[in-house]
Amino acid sequence: MKTRLKIGQKVQGAEIICECLLRAGVTAIFGYPGGANIPIYDALYKYPELRHVLVRHEQGAAHAAEGYAWVTGRPGVCFATSGPGATNLVTGLADAMLDSIPIVAITGQVPSSLLGTDAFQEADMLGVTLPVTKHNYLVTKTEDIASVFSEAFFLAVSGRPGPVLIDITKDAQVNYAQFQYKENNEHLKNRLKLTATKEELAEIADLLNNAERPLIVAGHGVLLSGDGKTLLSVAEKQDIPVTLTQLGLSTIPQNHPLYMGMPGMHGNVAANRAPLETDVLLAVGMRFHDRVTSKTSLYAPQAKIIHIDIDPSEIGKNIMPALGVVGDAKLVLKQLLPFLQQKKNPLWLKKFEVWKKEEKDKVFTKELESPKLKSAQVINEIARQTDFEATIVADVGQNQMYAARYYQYRKYNSHFTSGGLGTMGFALPAGMGAKLGDPAREVWITIGDGGIQMTLQELATIVQEKTEVKIALLNNNYLGMVRQWQELFYKGNYSEVQLKNPDFQKLCEGFGIKSLKAKNLRQAREAIGIARKTRGPFLIEFVVQAEENVFPMIPAGAGIGEMVVSKEELK
Amino acid sequence: MSGELSNIIIWAENKPGVFFRILWLFRRKQFNIESATVGHSETPGISRFTITVYGHHEQITNMVKQVRKLVNVVKAESLQSEMLVLRELALMKVAVKNVREKSNILRVIEHFRGRCINMAKNSLIIEVTGDENKIDAFYENMKDFVMLEFVRTGRTALFK
Repeated sequence: MKTRLKIGQKVQGAEIICECLLRAGVTAIFGYPGGANIPIYDALYKYPELRHVLVRHEQGAAHAAEGYAWVTGRPGVCFATSGPGATNLVTGLADAMLDSIPIVAITGQVPSSLLGTDAFQEADMLGVTLPVTKHNYLVTKTEDIASVFSEAFFLAVSGRPGPVLIDITKDAQVNYAQFQYKENNEHLKNRLKLTATKEELAEIADLLNNAERPLIVAGHGVLLSGDGKTLLSVAEKQDIPVTLTQLGLSTIPQNHPLYMGMPGMHGNVAANRAPLETDVLLAVGMRFHDRVTSKTSLYAPQAKIIHIDIDPSEIGKNIMPALGVVGDAKLVLKQLLPFLQQKKNPLWLKKFEVWKKEEKDKVFTKELESPKLKSAQVINEIARQTDFEATIVADVGQNQMYAARYYQYRKYNSHFTSGGLGTMGFALPAGMGAKLGDPAREVWITIGDGGIQMTLQELATIVQEKTEVKIALLNNNYLGMVRQWQELFYKGNYSEVQLKNPDFQKLCEGFGIKSLKAKNLRQAREAIGIARKTRGPFLIEFVVQAEENVFPMIPAGAGIGEMVVSKEELK
Repeated sequence: MSGELSNIIIWAENKPGVFFRILWLFRRKQFNIESATVGHSETPGISRFTITVYGHHEQITNMVKQVRKLVNVVKAESLQSEMLVLRELALMKVAVKNVREKSNILRVIEHFRGRCINMAKNSLIIEVTGDENKIDAFYENMKDFVMLEFVRTGRTALFK
């Protein structure tokens, strides 16, 4: 690792900040300068190794940092100035909090002598971000910077990852101190329980070895532990069907015979039927989110549930398992393997074929063979042309469900979206961050006409940074998901969901992004081909059917057994 | 929230904002704090909190797990009252009209093993310690007099 400062060297706080970032392995920063963080930007000038990406709004910086973190596995870093700059980060921090994404936000704060005086651009960021960070710090002394940074970067990625905010007063950035750097996080390390005990392993194995209709529900925790292969080895050893939650998508290749789909409100038929019949449900790195379980009292009624999660507070929070084991998904599954007997489940697996066929007949075929252009066709076409190996960064709403349902992910860790918070506008900056974090990836941002207008300004950042992302804009001129609910549950009263959109082609021209418009499948195919061949960012506006509905669907408040596959079934 | 009154004991770093982080978490998880006491513990730099809330066993267990996630929290436990010595301190200022009333008040104080810690011309300040029932009973008995001020600290506890 290249370092610039020597231990004991007397420098300004701002330089210590840059040095700490360097030592933490940071290669890119997403940020926006202002009055209270000018000194940091001045020091940054001396650190060309720290690539800074000048976003157009701090929310974009936070989401871009999330995208960066997702693909690299290292904390994403964002800068903002005090007051409005810092408060603009809040949505991104909340997003990272709910989806366990490691980001470190570094905000400037008014000089410590002015703290609490309602000074210009003062906002109490410790108070504001308390509920949306894993931990936060206020640094008022230059000599505290290095130890806080070391702890913050450790906290962001350790255990269950999450966002950490460091608020640094301007005087702490400007004052001089001797540079001291020690990674001393043993006290925090000691708190983590990462592996299972022998007794726990024997208990898990006992339940699985005796299971007749076992089922795996794996979530983001498996991806975060950095390994899908071990999960697959466990599944293959006992022939256990695997379902992946939305944030767990792409943990195992979807063309694997044991992959049975995504559970949840708009999940796959098999993945939602199976919990009703399974006798032993192995939940790994997931948290029984309400979008996954629907009504919890009706979820997995016959099952003995084994819940493995790195966060002890998740065990028994939403669903009380028969057996809860705290630990890292990869490590525990690796430990578990030798305890498992080889098994086959031909009868149980046959059921999944029936469920899969039901969805194919009643949903997939209808969607993919529609004469008018549908979102499913667009995603399917991108998937085909990219050999199912591109990285998809999906926005929120109907487009998100199409991206989750129709891409058929085969490459490990190739799907990324705002699952927990459901932040519209997330995908544009997050996709940019992902591409910058791993330029070798082919990154496709899938987004609706509503979402793209929430962070549209980041198109300018994408152009400035020459970020080669491909943007699939699914335009139905509606806030589609809300419109779907209004159609199905609010008597078709379309209240404030219709969008009179700008001319996206002209907009792209203004930003300097090449673009095409596709109104049917043939044009869509061509456009995707052209976008892939064109260097630089590219946007395709797909004019999709205005009133599409995502099915299957589990109505809000119902149990998973009440899933319907069409509008007709709902009545 | 319904359920039993439960004791949650927390050891946390004595740093600015730590109390706020803990209290905020109780609010976020929809608990109402019945009482909270905090002070230095036997370990320098570590504060000890005794917090009481109503909740069912499962809710309390989950709450403690949440508290343990706070970076500044060193340890957190929920304990049944039988495993603890529980005390609270009450202070009361009471008006005194005449000598006869004063002797009546002193008799109540003696019964509750309280102490008179300040004696002014027209008033007394009384200190009583004990569990909640005792403090409640003391308060009931003092209703015969003119209470000017009353405060109780809430539960604090040590392991038996």
